[in-house]
Amino acid sequence: MQNNIIINTLTQIVGPGHILSDLESLYSYSYDASPGHQHLPTAVVFPADTQEISQILSFANIHKIPVYTRGSGTNLSAGTCPVKGGIVLVTTRLNKILEIDEENLVVVVEPGVIVADLNKTVAPLGLIYPPDPGTVATATLGGTVSENAGGLRGLKYGVSKHYVMGMEVVLASGDIMTCGGKNVKDVSGYDMTKLFTGAEGTLGIITKLILKIVPAPEAKKSMMAVFKNLDDAGNTVSDIIANKIIPATLEIMDNATIRTVEDYAKVGLPLEAEAVLLIEVDGNPIVVEQEAKKVFSVLKKNNAFSVEVAKTQADVDKLWAARRAALPALAKLRPTTYCEDATVPRSKVPVFLHAVSDIAKKYNVTIGTFGHAGDGNMHPTLVCDLRDKEEMQRIHKAMDEIFRTALKLGGTLSGEHGIGLGKLQWMHIQHGPVGMKTMKAIKQALDPNLILNPGKLVGEC
Amino acid sequence: MDNKLTVEKIKECDKTLLLDIQDALANCMKCGNCMAVCPIFKELGVETGVARGKLSLIEGVLKGVIPLSDNFEKSMGLCLSCKACAANCPCGVPADELIIRGRQAIVKAHGLSPVKKKVFALLKNRPLFDLALRTAGIFGPISMKKLPRPMAVVSRFPMPGMDKKRVLTPFAAVPLRKQYPETIKINNAKFKIAFFTGCTINYAYTDVGKAVINVLKENNIEIVMPKMQHCCGTPVFTSGDIESGKAFARHNIQTFERYNVDYIIAACGSCTEALKYEYPKMFKDDPSMKIRAEKIAEKTYEISEFLVDIVKFRKDNLGTLNATVTMHDPCHMVRGIKVTQQPREIVKSIPGIIFKEMKEPARCCGSGGSFSLAHYDISRKINDRKVADIKSTNADIVVTSCGTCRMHITDGLVQNKIDNVEVMHVIQLLDKAYQAGKSNH
Ligand SMILES: Cc1cc2nc3c(=O)[nH]c(=O)nc-3n(C[C@H](O)[C@H](O)[C@H](O)COP(=O)(O)OP(=O)(O)OC[C@H]3O[C@@H](n4cnc5c(N)ncnc54)[C@H](O)[C@@H]3O)c2cc1C
Ligand code: SF4
Ligand code: SF4
Ligand code: SF4
Repeated sequence: MQNNIIINTLTQIVGPGHILSDLESLYSYSYDASPGHQHLPTAVVFPADTQEISQILSFANIHKIPVYTRGSGTNLSAGTCPVKGGIVLVTTRLNKILEIDEENLVVVVEPGVIVADLNKTVAPLGLIYPPDPGTVATATLGGTVSENAGGLRGLKYGVSKHYVMGMEVVLASGDIMTCGGKNVKDVSGYDMTKLFTGAEGTLGIITKLILKIVPAPEAKKSMMAVFKNLDDAGNTVSDIIANKIIPATLEIMDNATIRTVEDYAKVGLPLEAEAVLLIEVDGNPIVVEQEAKKVFSVLKKNNAFSVEVAKTQADVDKLWAARRAALPALAKLRPTTYCEDATVPRSKVPVFLHAVSDIAKKYNVTIGTFGHAGDGNMHPTLVCDLRDKEEMQRIHKAMDEIFRTALKLGGTLSGEHGIGLGKLQWMHIQHGPVGMKTMKAIKQALDPNLILNPGKLVGEC
Repeated sequence: MDNKLTVEKIKECDKTLLLDIQDALANCMKCGNCMAVCPIFKELGVETGVARGKLSLIEGVLKGVIPLSDNFEKSMGLCLSCKACAANCPCGVPADELIIRGRQAIVKAHGLSPVKKKVFALLKNRPLFDLALRTAGIFGPISMKKLPRPMAVVSRFPMPGMDKKRVLTPFAAVPLRKQYPETIKINNAKFKIAFFTGCTINYAYTDVGKAVINVLKENNIEIVMPKMQHCCGTPVFTSGDIESGKAFARHNIQTFERYNVDYIIAACGSCTEALKYEYPKMFKDDPSMKIRAEKIAEKTYEISEFLVDIVKFRKDNLGTLNATVTMHDPCHMVRGIKVTQQPREIVKSIPGIIFKEMKEPARCCGSGGSFSLAHYDISRKINDRKVADIKSTNADIVVTSCGTCRMHITDGLVQNKIDNVEVMHVIQLLDKAYQAGKSNH
C-alpha cells in the first residue's frame, strides 16, 4: 500500500496533530535503547484512546501493515524498533490514572502512565507499586508490563507479572478484549492476563491495566558487605535465604564493576574485592531489626571483609550510589553498551560470575557483571564500540557463550529485559522445537496476518 | 533553502565540523533518561524534542541519512540549553553542547536566519549597540506602557517577532555604566574587583547593577566597570555562530586584561559561565588565547559565590526584612557554574526573612535566552509550571540570579494574574537588608 494512503487514513483516525511522517521524525522513532538496531517506519501515530487504536489495527490488519507499539522506547531488546517499516504507535497520550481503589488495593491505569508517576500518586496513601526498573522515571506501565520488567526489589516483591490483575487489549483484528479483573482469586478460563503480560507487543496492544498495589514497608535497613572471595559472597546469599530471610534487595557487583565504579564515583570500594553485596531488608520495624542482625551474623560467618550498615538516610543514599553507578560507570568506559540479563538459579550465581570473567579474558573484551544476586538475575554488561567490526565479532562470540552458559546452568535468557530481536537466536535452545512451535501457534492464532511487532520474540512465523 | 545539502558538502567547507563530535555522540546509549528532565519534551512529548532524539538526528546528518533540512534546524532550535539532560545523563553526554554544534552546522550551511543576522550584526558593533540600546532607553517610554510593578512594561505597538501581551523590561534611560565613574574608589579597600555588567544589567536591569555596587561598597571593595566591556557573547554562541562568539570573547578578554584587579565579578549565571568556562573552551585550538582566557577565568566569580566564599560578607549590619522568600535557580547557576548554596546562605542570613523552598527550584523557567523569542508559546507553558510552583509557596518575593529569568518569571506572573509577588535579584534583597540596617540606626 502506498505510503500517502496509509498516512491519510491514519490522519483521519487520530487527527492531523497526532501523526508524524517527515523524515526527521521517522528517524527519531527508528531506534530504542537497544544498540545496533535502527529502521525507519512509515508513520508515527499518537492515538488518544482505545477506539482509535482499534481503528488503526483493523486498518493495518486488512492491509497487512506492521504495527509496533511504543511506550517510552527504553527497552533493551530492540522491542520497539520498526524493523519491517510500517506504523509506530506511541501510547504516551493514554496517560491517565483512571481509578485508585484503596479497598481492593488496586489501580486502573492507561498504558502510557510513567511508572514513577503512579508511585508518586499512591505514595501519600502509604502504598507502592513495587516493579522498579532502572528506568522508573521514564518507562511506561504498558512497556514495563509488556516486557515483564523487574528491578531491585524483585527477590521479595516479584516482577511486573505479579501485579497485573487484568487488562483491556486491542487484538490484531481491532477487536477489543478484556481479561482478568479485581478478583484476588480468579481461575476462570485460560489465564489471558498472564499471556499478554510479557508478550512484548506481539499479541495485542494493552489499552488499560488493572494493577495490584501493596502497603509500603514501614521500615528499611540497608547494608553493604565487601568480600575478598567471590564464593564467600555466593554462600552468603544462600545462607541468608536458608535463614528464612527474604531481603527486599540483594545485589551483587563483580570485581570489574567494582573497579569501574570506584574509578568513576569514588565511593570507597576496595579495588581488590572480588564481590560486593548490597542488602536491604524491609517491613515491620521490629522484624527488620531482627533480620538485619541475622544478616549481619551470616556476613561475619562467611568472611565478609567489611560491613557497612546505614544509620541515616544519607548513609543509605551513599550505599545505593555505588549500585546505581554500576551501569553508568560501565557505560562510560566505551561508546556501545550491551546490558544483558541472563539469569541463573540463585545457587549458581558464583559459578556464572566466574564463567563470565573467563569469557571476557578468552575473547579479550570488557565485561562488568552486576545484578540481582537474590533472584539470580545477572546483568553481564559488555562495553565496546559498534563501529569496530573486529571487536564486535569478539563481542558476539562472548555473548553467545554467556547465554549458552546461563542455559547450561539451568538458567534463562532473560530475567526482566525480554527477548525482542536481541536474544532471538538462542530461543530454540531454551525452549526446544515443541516450545517454539507452541509459541508460534499462539502468535499465528492471535495475529494471523503477523502485523504486531513482526519477527520479534518468537521470530518469523 | 537547499534541502539537499548534506554532510558531504559541509565536509568540503569544513573538515572538522561535526566530525570531531562523533565519539561524544556515540557515547549516548539512547537510554532515554533525558526524557524525565527535559522541559521541552515535557510539553511536546516527541523524540525530536528531547536530547536523545536531537543527538540521533545529528548522527543521522553525519551518516548522510538526514539532510540539514528545515526540520533538522527546527529540532535543534527546540532546546533551552538548560543542561538538565546533561546533568541527568548516566553516560556523561554533554547533550546541550552537542545540540549547539548541531546549530553550528546549520549556520555553516545556510547562514543565520535574517532576523538573527541583523541582531547579531548590531551586537557585534559595540558603539552602535550601545547607541541603539540607549536610544531604546530614551524613547522606550513612548512605545512601552508601564505596568503597576517595577521594571515591567508591555509594548504599546505590535513588534515584529514579539507577542504583544508579553511583559518586557524597559531599557534604562541611562545605562548603568554611564551612571557611575569607571572606578568607584574605596579607602583601604579589602579587594579591587572588575564588574562584568553584562548587557541585561547595563541596559535594562540597572537596579541590579546598583544593588551590586552598594553591596560591594558595604563590604569595602573597590569596583571598576571597564568602559569597553561588551556582551559576553552567549546569545550568538548558543545560536551556533561560533566565530562571532569568539570575537566577543576576544574583545572581553583583551578589555579585562588591561585592569589590575583581584577578581572579576558578574551578577548573572550565564555571564559568569561564559567568562569562567566557555571562553577557555572556545580557544582550545589557540594555545596563546587559551592561556589568556584561563587567567581571566581563574579570577571570575558570580556575585553570591564571591560574597560568601571570598569576602565573607558583613552580617552584623543587616536590617530586618519581613517577607517570605523563595528562590529560583537559573539553569546556568545550578548546572552551569554549580552555585546554589551561596545565594541561599545570603537570603537566609537576612533577619526576618522566612525562606521557603519551592517544589523544583532548579527546573528551567522556560526563558532560554532567545528561545522564548522563537517559541513564546512553549516557553509560556514551561513558565506556567514555574509560576504555579512559586504560587504554592505563598512567597512575597522570588529571588533569582539572572536577568532573563527575572523578566520571564515576571511575565509569567503577570500572565497568570498574580500581582502580589515581586521578582528580584538575590543581591537586591541583600542591598535592601543593608539599607534597612541603616535606617534602623
Ligand atoms: C538504563 C536502563 C536501565 C534499565 N533497567 C531495567 C531494570 O532494572 N529492570 C528491567 O526490567 N528493565 C530495565 N530496563 C529496560 C526497560 O526500561 C524496560 O523494559 C521498560 O519496561 C520499558 O518500558 P517502555 O515504556 O520504555 O517500553 P518500550 O521500550 O516502549 O516498549 C517495550 C516493549 O513493550 C511493547 N509495548 C509497549 N507498550 C505496549 C502496550 N501498551 N501494549 C503492548 N505492548 C506494548 C513494545 O512493543 C516493546 O516490545 C532498563 C533500560 C535502560 C535503558
Ligand atoms: S543523552 Fe544521556 S540520558 Fe539522554 S539518551 Fe543519551 S545517554 Fe541517555
Ligand atoms: S538542554 Fe534542556 S531543553 Fe535542551 S535538550 Fe537538554 S534538557 Fe532539553
Ligand atoms: S549572558 Fe546575557 S546578559 Fe549576560 S552578558 Fe551575556 S547576553 Fe548579556
